[in-house]
Amino acid sequence: MDFIAILSIFVLACFVGYYVVWSVTPALHTPLMAVTNAISSVIIVGALVASAEAGSLAAKLLGLVAVVFASVNIFGGFAVTERMLAMYKKKERK
Amino acid sequence: MHELAPVSPFVALAYLVSGVLFILALRGLSSPSTSRRGNRMGMVGMAIAMVTTLYTHDVLSLPEILGAIAIGGGIGFIIARRIEMTAMPQLVAAFHSLVGLAAVLVGAAAYLNPGAFGILDPLTNEIHNASRIEMGLGVAIGAITFSGSVIAFLKLNGNMSGKPIMLPGRHVINLATLAAILGLIAYFVTDQSPWIFWTVTALSFVIGFLLIIPIGGADMPVVVSMLNSYSGWAAAAMGFTLGNTAMIITGALVGSSGAILSYIMCKAMNRSFISVIAGGFGAEAGPSGGGAAAADRPYKRGSAEDAAFLMSQADSVIIVPGYGMAVSQAQHALREMGDMLKKEGVSVKYAIHPVAGRMPGHMNVLLAEANVPYDEVFELEDINSEFGQADVAFVIGANDVTNPAAKTDKASPIYGMPILDVANAKSVLFVKRSMGGAGYAGVDNEVFYMDNTMMLLADAKKMVEEIVKALAH
Repeated sequence: MDFIAILSIFVLACFVGYYVVWSVTPALHTPLMAVTNAISSVIIVGALVASAEAGSLAAKLLGLVAVVFASVNIFGGFAVTERMLAMYKKKERK
Repeated sequence: MHELAPVSPFVALAYLVSGVLFILALRGLSSPSTSRRGNRMGMVGMAIAMVTTLYTHDVLSLPEILGAIAIGGGIGFIIARRIEMTAMPQLVAAFHSLVGLAAVLVGAAAYLNPGAFGILDPLTNEIHNASRIEMGLGVAIGAITFSGSVIAFLKLNGNMSGKPIMLPGRHVINLATLAAILGLIAYFVTDQSPWIFWTVTALSFVIGFLLIIPIGGADMPVVVSMLNSYSGWAAAAMGFTLGNTAMIITGALVGSSGAILSYIMCKAMNRSFISVIAGGFGAEAGPSGGGAAAADRPYKRGSAEDAAFLMSQADSVIIVPGYGMAVSQAQHALREMGDMLKKEGVSVKYAIHPVAGRMPGHMNVLLAEANVPYDEVFELEDINSEFGQADVAFVIGANDVTNPAAKTDKASPIYGMPILDVANAKSVLFVKRSMGGAGYAGVDNEVFYMDNTMMLLADAKKMVEEIVKALAH
């Protein structure tokens, strides 16, 4: 992909992010932070590439360490978000 | 993508799908009823991204990789299960630091093994110019996110004083460091020597640290949101390096999300983003100012029994929780109190100020944890007009967010901040540990001394438990 194509995706995604995030209810701002944290760990993709490719042992080790950190975040982030969201309950109607 | 790593359209499509699923994950958060489905979509998106990456690469090191995922995933899962809800701000800060560190490591790996990332120019065998800038920015933002988040974590967790630490000449030092980082990244284009890469990394670690130490505990909601934003931009920069749509979309989403949250927090404190980042808020709050005079002013002090009686006679009670509630873990007792009042036919509502607590939405999570239905919890603009009709405003662990000085006193450091108009209620019950020690802004609160205010001086949880006991009689 050339640079301009990537840049277009980036700029459009910023706008999508802007509108989507404004529609998040303030009551869920803490889960929002937890889940954005989890998804920003998609950086694990880079870490996986580094650890899968031969060529540099140092790069591979750095990659593996990054995989560990990003995994803490992914699993921890999604799990804690799930736990929080499960707590939000409506009034029981009698 | 790049000359060395042609990508099949299906792979690109898979990353796009995971990017879209991440958008839907955030979209789900527009209401608690759709939020869990959204979160699951996020998980699916992440699984797609990870599997796609592994599938398209050499599988020789698969055992090591799966081991690394299992170790990290296991740790993350255990933390997520065990963490106290009151510790959520610290946890989020800690998680941010990991994203930052992962970004730095990925950047370093890409620098050491550019061939693997397809960023080598086949003619010169050097890294593409554009990739050098993207990589430099990614590593710099990642490092700032890491060291900044570590400081934020230490402050939120109480390992480090929440008071701002002011270095002399810090603005000059910070700006110079920042300029040096940007200058070196620009220079990196002409010369890809290792010393430049590592100096950028090291300086970025330093500036992250310097940026956060002068910021006080009460400004942490802004800082945590800002670091949230940075972690997104770091992921986006790495996405540019890798030409990966999932990373770019996610980075843009998270980046704007954090930026919007910082904006909302700043607005709720009526402070500019720059002034928060410049730091030092709450440091100048001299005890010689409001504090000393406060001790001499007359106020009414009540007991738990008085409070219980007053509230059981009321038609409507609005509860205003703040950071103090989180500190003393009073949310469960508070919900019990609310239940008992409701049984007596009292209408009970909760009013949340946007900056109550140490991170956006902190109070909402704690109340949800205590099983308070979310349709009894209201945001500032939705409930503020109701204080005029309320019989009792029950303020617990909040202070500055109720201070009328924000409306009347132009000299006050909190002037212009939107507040909850608790003073308009027929009576105000104010739970506070002691009369000394004003809120974080160090300003005295007129509400303490009003005729219709009763101060309940005790630990928040203890006081509420006593009120519950008194109500049971």
